[in-house]
Amino acid sequence: MHSTAPQLSPAEESASAPETLTGAQIVVRLLERQGITTLSGIPGGAILPFYDALSASTKIRHVLARHEQGAGFLAQGMARATGQPAVCLASSGPGATNLLTAIADAKLDSIPLVAITGQVPRSMIGTDAFQEVDTYGLTIPITKHNFLVNSAEELLEVIPRAFTLAASGRPGPVLVDIPKDVQAQAIEVSQWPAPGGRQDLPAPDMAAIEKAAAMINAAERPILYLGGGVVHSGAAAAAVALAEKASLPTTMTLMALGAMPVDHPLSIHMLGMHGPRYTNLLLEECDLLIAVGARFDDRATGKVSAFCPKAQIIHIDIDPSELDKIKNAHVGITGDVAEVLEKLSPLVEPHLRKRWLTHMGDLRSRFPLQRPNLEDPRSHYGLIQAVADCLDDSATIATDVGQHQMWVAQAYPLRRPRQWLTSGGLGTMGFGVPAALGAALAEPERTVVCFTGDGSILMNIQEMAAIRETGANLKIVLMNNDALGLVYQQQELFYGKRYFASKFSGQPDFLKIAEGFGLDTLNLDTVDDPRAALREAFARPGPCLIHAFIDMNEKVYPMVPPGAANTDMIGG
Amino acid sequence: MNAVSKNENAALAHPQRTVLELEVNNHAGVMSHVVGLFSRRAYNVEGILCLPVGDGRYSRIWLLVLEDRRLEQMIKQVEKLEDVRSVRRHGADHAVFERLEEFFR
Repeated sequence: MHSTAPQLSPAEESASAPETLTGAQIVVRLLERQGITTLSGIPGGAILPFYDALSASTKIRHVLARHEQGAGFLAQGMARATGQPAVCLASSGPGATNLLTAIADAKLDSIPLVAITGQVPRSMIGTDAFQEVDTYGLTIPITKHNFLVNSAEELLEVIPRAFTLAASGRPGPVLVDIPKDVQAQAIEVSQWPAPGGRQDLPAPDMAAIEKAAAMINAAERPILYLGGGVVHSGAAAAAVALAEKASLPTTMTLMALGAMPVDHPLSIHMLGMHGPRYTNLLLEECDLLIAVGARFDDRATGKVSAFCPKAQIIHIDIDPSELDKIKNAHVGITGDVAEVLEKLSPLVEPHLRKRWLTHMGDLRSRFPLQRPNLEDPRSHYGLIQAVADCLDDSATIATDVGQHQMWVAQAYPLRRPRQWLTSGGLGTMGFGVPAALGAALAEPERTVVCFTGDGSILMNIQEMAAIRETGANLKIVLMNNDALGLVYQQQELFYGKRYFASKFSGQPDFLKIAEGFGLDTLNLDTVDDPRAALREAFARPGPCLIHAFIDMNEKVYPMVPPGAANTDMIGG
Repeated sequence: MNAVSKNENAALAHPQRTVLELEVNNHAGVMSHVVGLFSRRAYNVEGILCLPVGDGRYSRIWLLVLEDRRLEQMIKQVEKLEDVRSVRRHGADHAVFERLEEFFR
């Protein structure tokens, strides 16, 4: 594994002429040395010394979010698109509490995020001072680690450490809370620490890898089960190569979509609650499940005792606490999945597995994913396909959370790791717009699309202002069904059609809202040729809101009822 | 959850006490990190002892917990904490809490 820290010349690492700098200036310098070029936040009283120092930086661009949660997701979008730790900023009190959702989201999806918050001066901590909140205490359960910094001197250790922790092992969010007086404290700095970066892990257990290889070689009906860890560790190509060598049907979690192109002959697409029927049926029959960087999430497994009931399990994960957490593994291997796959693949024998692959093909043709009206761009699946037809694999696809997210997961031809940005573990409505903006800023050469819904977009719609300000090449596709679609669907299917609090009335005119923010707009419902209109919209650089009404009675099918076995699917 | 073994069933019916010994960094907040892992899982900590060791840079935390099937996962989670340097598991017969009991009579 390689260090992800930017390479510094020896001169930069060694002692330099002593400078007297404030804590705030030290943080700015340390962020520059980390290679941070874009970050997002909102200033406020307790972080003003830092903002003052940041204003003097010629290397770092600050993107002003309009809500701290937006800043958090914007940074997440940068981190998800690039794999590198990204930074968000907030002031104390409400600034910090507004960040919490984005931090918790990063924790559940293992996204490297460094959140820096201002805190009231040390002398006022614990006095219920204005905009004081226990940011350290609040973030203990939702960060990988957190710091309350006590002196400017400590910053020299804490900031690089925060990046090392965020990027090493299983990635995750780290919070650094800096009291205002520490930001203002001036000290002499004569030596700069090396930037933080991903640290190497102990070598994986070779005996376990050999045992895993023997199990794969002996299996008759193996399935490869890829999770988000495959994307995080850059192991997608290695996973596809293993699948091809050993003829392994390969399923992906929501987080792993694109690790193997979803239209690869060995891809059996997404498993679980909204996976295709054939996928869950094939998993039911497998005799060996090879879980790679996946955590047996309940949305993937359904009722755990009924998940892959005939299978032995090989579980490879960077986080030892994931092994045996939900399902006991017959062979558990702790390690970076890229490194483990590199050592495992040579031990795996080429295998054609004709019978099993024939059966896979048979199930796939008998129980395929149903995508009705795929040819009609005015239908939900058709719209997703029509958008895909305007783009190539270089495009980045973000979503919000809800029906649209599942339809895009099912229907978009994702073919590249890090092409797909979605809130998996926490399932945060409001994720999409700011995360897509972050991705667009981190990789301006790509077109970024954010599929969203009318429920989700209202949860961070204020970031249209940041989109306008940056002019990012971001197309928002709003699938508006005037409802909280997945809630409406569950009330219909599982709550006796007692619809409550799930249908919107008094909906705003989203096109006018977008116009009000200064965005280009496209109303797909009123154009004669939606495909041509989409092509034109995607050909125009810069941000655009594309609006389409969707029938609220459309469902996400198939659906495994919550708590049921994956084979007990409804619909599809 | 996985199938529960016979031994684990017995443990659930008559919970055994386990003593955990943690070496941790000594700063404000470390205790919150440790007990937070237990409280968020509604896993009660029966007893806690903590004192600095050596030059005071580190502390030792003794935890008294009841064994159940989540204990292995708990220990793995504690081991992941950045401020925890090591975790050792002792049997219920460890003297540390037994000697302390006279202060609770």
